[in-house]
Amino acid sequence: MIKIVKRDQPSKAIFFFTPVLAIFLTLIAGGLIFYILGFKPFEALKFFFIVPIADKYGFSELLLKATPLCLIAIGLSFCFKSNNWNIGAEGQLTFGAIVSGGVALLFYDQEGFYILPIVILAGAIGGMIYASIPAILKTYFNTNEILVSLMLVYVSKLILDYLVVGPWSNPEGFNFPETRQFSDSARLPLLFEGLRIHAGIFLAFAAVVISWFVFYKTYLGFQMKVSGFSLKTAKYAGYKGKKMIILVFLISGACAGLAGVGEITGPIGQLHREVSPDYGFTAIIVAFLGRLHPVGIIFASLVVAITYLGAETAQIFMQIPKYTGQVFQGMILFFLLASDYLLFFKFKFIGSKK
Amino acid sequence: MIVDINFVGLIIASIMASAVPLILASCGELITERSGVLNLGVEGMMIIGAISGFALMTVTGSLIIAVFGAMLAGVLISTIFAFLTQTLITNHVATGLALTIFGIGISAMIGKNFVGIPGKEFPVLFEGLKDTIPLLSPILFGHSIVFYFAFALPFITSYFLKKTKIGLIVRAVGDSPESASNQGINVRFVRYACILYGGAMCGLAGAYLSMIYTPQWIENMTGGRGWIALALVVFSTWNPIKILIGAMIFGGLTIIQFHMQAIGVRIPVQFLTALPYIVTIIVLVVISRDSRKIRLSTPSSLGKSFHKDN
Repeated sequence: MIKIVKRDQPSKAIFFFTPVLAIFLTLIAGGLIFYILGFKPFEALKFFFIVPIADKYGFSELLLKATPLCLIAIGLSFCFKSNNWNIGAEGQLTFGAIVSGGVALLFYDQEGFYILPIVILAGAIGGMIYASIPAILKTYFNTNEILVSLMLVYVSKLILDYLVVGPWSNPEGFNFPETRQFSDSARLPLLFEGLRIHAGIFLAFAAVVISWFVFYKTYLGFQMKVSGFSLKTAKYAGYKGKKMIILVFLISGACAGLAGVGEITGPIGQLHREVSPDYGFTAIIVAFLGRLHPVGIIFASLVVAITYLGAETAQIFMQIPKYTGQVFQGMILFFLLASDYLLFFKFKFIGSKK
Repeated sequence: MIVDINFVGLIIASIMASAVPLILASCGELITERSGVLNLGVEGMMIIGAISGFALMTVTGSLIIAVFGAMLAGVLISTIFAFLTQTLITNHVATGLALTIFGIGISAMIGKNFVGIPGKEFPVLFEGLKDTIPLLSPILFGHSIVFYFAFALPFITSYFLKKTKIGLIVRAVGDSPESASNQGINVRFVRYACILYGGAMCGLAGAYLSMIYTPQWIENMTGGRGWIALALVVFSTWNPIKILIGAMIFGGLTIIQFHMQAIGVRIPVQFLTALPYIVTIIVLVVISRDSRKIRLSTPSSLGKSFHKDN
C-alpha cells in the first residue's frame, strides 16, 4: 500500500529536480496532443524542440529569444521573492520600448557614441515609471497590484498603437503603422556577422550577476526573502515594507524596460505595433521554472525560448498551429506547480517491511 | 434637438448586452472567491467557453448542445485548476495564470479551423412585444435567454449566499476553513464545487460572446473581459448586486466608444478603447483606499491554501 506522508521540511534536492520533471511531463503531454491532432508525435516533437536549434543560425535565434525572457524573469524574481505579484511586465516592456524609441527617434539623423547609452537608459526609466504605478497604488492606496499591472498592459499597447499610427509614424512611410528606422548609432551592435544575436545579451548577463549578488549577499536580499515567507515576520522585524515594495517593482520594471530596448534597438530597429510576442507574460513562467534563482532562470529562459522557435518551425514544416507554443508554456507551469507536491509530501510504501 | 425615446432605449439595451458576459463571469468568480479560492484563470476559462460554444454550434448545428457544451468545457478546464490548487495545494495566483495562458493557446489551436465562418442566429424571446411600450420595450424584450439569465443571476446569487444553507456553508468555508472543517464540512469538496461552478459561468460568458454578442470566432476575442470581471468582484466588495452596477458601468464605457466615433468626437480611438482599463484602475483605487472596508468584506481565507493536516 502507498501512503502519502508530509515531509518534515521541503526537500532541497527535489526543489531543483522538479523543473526537469515538469519539462519531461510536458514533452509527454505535448506528444499526446500532437497525436490527438493527427500528427506523428515523435516527428512533431523533433520539429518542435530539435530542428530549430540544430544549426548556428537556430542557436543564435534561441539566444535572441532567451535574452528578453531571462532579463524580464530576473526582474520578476525580485517581485515574486518578496510576495509582490507584478504580472504586467509586458506593459513595462512596451512602455520602456515607447520611451526609448521616442528618444531614438529624436536622434534619427545623427550619429554618435553617446546615443545608444541614452536610449538604453531611457528604456530602463520608462519601464520603471510604468512599474511604479502599480507599486505606488499598492503601497499608498491598498490597490491589488495583479489587476492594476495587468490592466496597464492593455493601456501601454494602445498608447504604442496610437503613436505609431499617429504622431510618430514615418512621414515617408506610406502610412504604414511604423516609425522611421533608428540611426545606426541607436542600434545594439550585432555579435556575429549574419546572425541576429546582439549585444543585449550582455544586459541579461549583467542582470543575472547583479541579482545573484543582491539575493544572496545583501541585507536587502535577506529582507525580501523574509517578506516572501511571512509579511507578518517582516513587519515585526521592522523592515520598511513600503519602500521595499516600490524598490522591487522599480527593479522589475527596469529589467522589462531594458528587454523592450533590446527588442527595438536589436532585431527590430524601429517602433511598430508589435514589439513583443508576449515575452512579458512568458517570463512569468520562466521565473517560476527557474525557481526564482538567477542560474535557474538562465536555463529556464533557454528551454522556454525553444517553444517560440519550435512553434514557428512546426508551423512551417508540419502545419502545426503556432499557438502550440503557448499551450506548451501553460503546460510547463501546470506540471511544475503540480510536481511541487513532491516538495512537501512523499510517498511511503507500507506493508513491504513490517 | 429631438431625441427619439426608443433610441435611448436601444442604447440602454446595447449597454446591457455588453454587460452580460461580465455579469456571468463575475458572479461565477464571486462564488469561487467566497469559498476562499482566488482563480485568476477567468480570461482563460472564458476563451475556452467561447471557442467550445462556437465550434459545437458549427459542428452539431444545435444551439442547446453548444451552450451547455461551452459550460461543460469551462467546468473541465477549471477541474485542472481545482485539482492543482485543492488536491496538490499549489499557489492560486500562479495556477490561475497558467490556466489563462493555457486556455488562450488551446482556444487558438482549436479555433484555427473556425476563423471566418459566420455564426448562427440565436433565437430571442418576446420579439412580438418589441413595439408595445416606448423606451422600455427595447430594454425588456427581444433578447436571448442568456441575457435574461444574466440579469437574474446577481439576485439568485445573493439569495443563495444569504438565505440558503449551502450558501452559508460556502461562506463559512471561505471565512474560516478551519472552523468549517471542525464542524464536519468537507472544505475541499465545497471548494471543488465552487471552482467548477465558476468555470461553468465563465464558459457561458464566453459562449455568449462568440454565439450571441458577436456571432463569430476571433482569436483572443475575450480581449481582457475576464480580467475586468475579476476587477468587478473586488469592486462589488463580494456583493453580487453591486456586480450588476459595475458591469453596467463597464458596458456603458464599451458602448460609448462606438457612439462617440459615430457623432464625430475627435478623440483618438485608442484612447476610447483604453478607457475601460483606465477606469477599472481608478475604480479599484477608489474602492480599495478604504482598507478597513476591504478587509471586512474580503473572504478571510481568499487565496490561501487549506490542508487538513496543517
